[in-house]
Amino acid sequence: MDLYTENILDHFRHPRFAGELKAATVRHKEENLSCGDELTVDLKIENRKIKALAWHGTGCAISQAAMSMFGEKLEGIPVKKAQSLKPENVLKLLGVKIGPRRMKCALLSLHAVKNAIHKHRKEPAQSWTETIGN
Amino acid sequence: MTFDVSAVRKQFPILGKTVAVHPLIYLDNAATTQKPTQMLDRMLKFYLEQNANVHRSFHALAEEATLAYDEARKRVADFIGAKFAHEIVFTKNATEALNLVAKTWGQKSLKPGDAVALTLMEHHSNIVPWLQLKESHGINIEWIPVDREGNLDLNSIERILKPKKVKLLSVTGLSNVLGCLPPIAELASIAHSAGAKILIDAAQLVGHRTIDVKKIDADFLVFSGHKIYGPSGIGVLYGKEELLKSMPPFLGGGDMIQSVTTEGFTCAELPRKFEAGTPPVPEAVGLGEAIIWFKKTGTVKVHAYMHDLIKYAYRRLKTVKDLTILGPKDPEKRAGSVSFTVKDIHPHDLTDILGEKGICLRAGHHCTQPLHKLLGINASTRLSVAVYNTKAEIDVCVDAIEQTIRLLHK
Repeated sequence: MDLYTENILDHFRHPRFAGELKAATVRHKEENLSCGDELTVDLKIENRKIKALAWHGTGCAISQAAMSMFGEKLEGIPVKKAQSLKPENVLKLLGVKIGPRRMKCALLSLHAVKNAIHKHRKEPAQSWTETIGN
Repeated sequence: MTFDVSAVRKQFPILGKTVAVHPLIYLDNAATTQKPTQMLDRMLKFYLEQNANVHRSFHALAEEATLAYDEARKRVADFIGAKFAHEIVFTKNATEALNLVAKTWGQKSLKPGDAVALTLMEHHSNIVPWLQLKESHGINIEWIPVDREGNLDLNSIERILKPKKVKLLSVTGLSNVLGCLPPIAELASIAHSAGAKILIDAAQLVGHRTIDVKKIDADFLVFSGHKIYGPSGIGVLYGKEELLKSMPPFLGGGDMIQSVTTEGFTCAELPRKFEAGTPPVPEAVGLGEAIIWFKKTGTVKVHAYMHDLIKYAYRRLKTVKDLTILGPKDPEKRAGSVSFTVKDIHPHDLTDILGEKGICLRAGHHCTQPLHKLLGINASTRLSVAVYNTKAEIDVCVDAIEQTIRLLHK
């Protein structure tokens, strides 16, 4: 089972949307302290849509590649749609089977974006249990 | 007088396992060790032939079980040079042993404003119980600085201890990340001169160096059975007799009492005062047997062999480009494990890919977040050896690390 496909390595080596937004509507940092992955997501929200996004952080190849791929999906979509996205939406992008050990790596992107949106809406953050779901 | 590692390996059936087509190369021994058949057989024998509850009955089976349990305790006492077997308290693991000290000796003997001194490289099990005491009882923590190689400045320690507010110096005997060995006998002497007690966290040390609690003059010492080829679920707290006698009990229930009425209770004598409920008897017996096995394999020879392996691992890893080794630069000063970082490569990815090839290393902060903060890193990768590892295994591991770096590097 090769986790590190060419697609994932490509996104890891050439991450899309990497960096910071100068005039971000919201910036949110998420950490996975148990392993040392960090992700900061900047969203520019206009007319209830994600007009632009950027992200930066230190983390494993899976977490970084996932955020890069997820970014491609998020650009231009309504915030409401982004908030309704599920783990399988991100995992499908990765295109490989993610076991329980790496689930948080893969879903750090989803978790960070959802909590960025919560922050924008002045709502409490959601827990990992909520993000990963049953 | 070479060490016959292949004869040792034959005693560990799990080493014959494969991961897909790859032979298992288990180099995560600081997390837990594999088990020799002698130890496993002894535990099974207990269940097959001697199983009964200890202390509670006068029938033959209970007597056998009790004798086996007492024998295990004597073996542990002898192994670490304790004066009396009743200075050995069996716990679930080193973490529970540390909690026991914090929640009995700590709660009784420490007043608000008193302090416990810890080094910045301690494992969370030797940090959190004291932080809990800080929250609940208002004690202070004095942090002893370490440099990047894990060296402690003894003058700093003396300065910290001088005001006599520190009542306990609690320190690791061998760092589970840096692989350095604090000078525990000297530290004990410094602590005692300043009116403080000393606790040694020997979780890593116990498998790699001879321990003599009388020589060190340790007040407390803790370790876990599963890190020295024993089963999980058994740990040891050593405490000086007069200290243990002065401490209130930890868990309350059966076996740790002399008498119970509707009004109150009196405690049992040592060590049972601290062993409430049915103990993990087969596990204790397993630990006792692991110690016998370890001694039979040749304690001094084993220590020397593993020290050689660590020095070899250090030298080989040093040749890998973009790889930074943590801890002592002099391999002679190292034991147990070698932890490292690789430029632009996350330990998760490295250990995942190595894991697919059957090579078991560990990634993360290894329960030492303050140390990792000091080192300025989020996570590291750790290779740790045991008696059954070989230089050939280390070669395969280092080659695989180099291959993985080539694969992942941008």
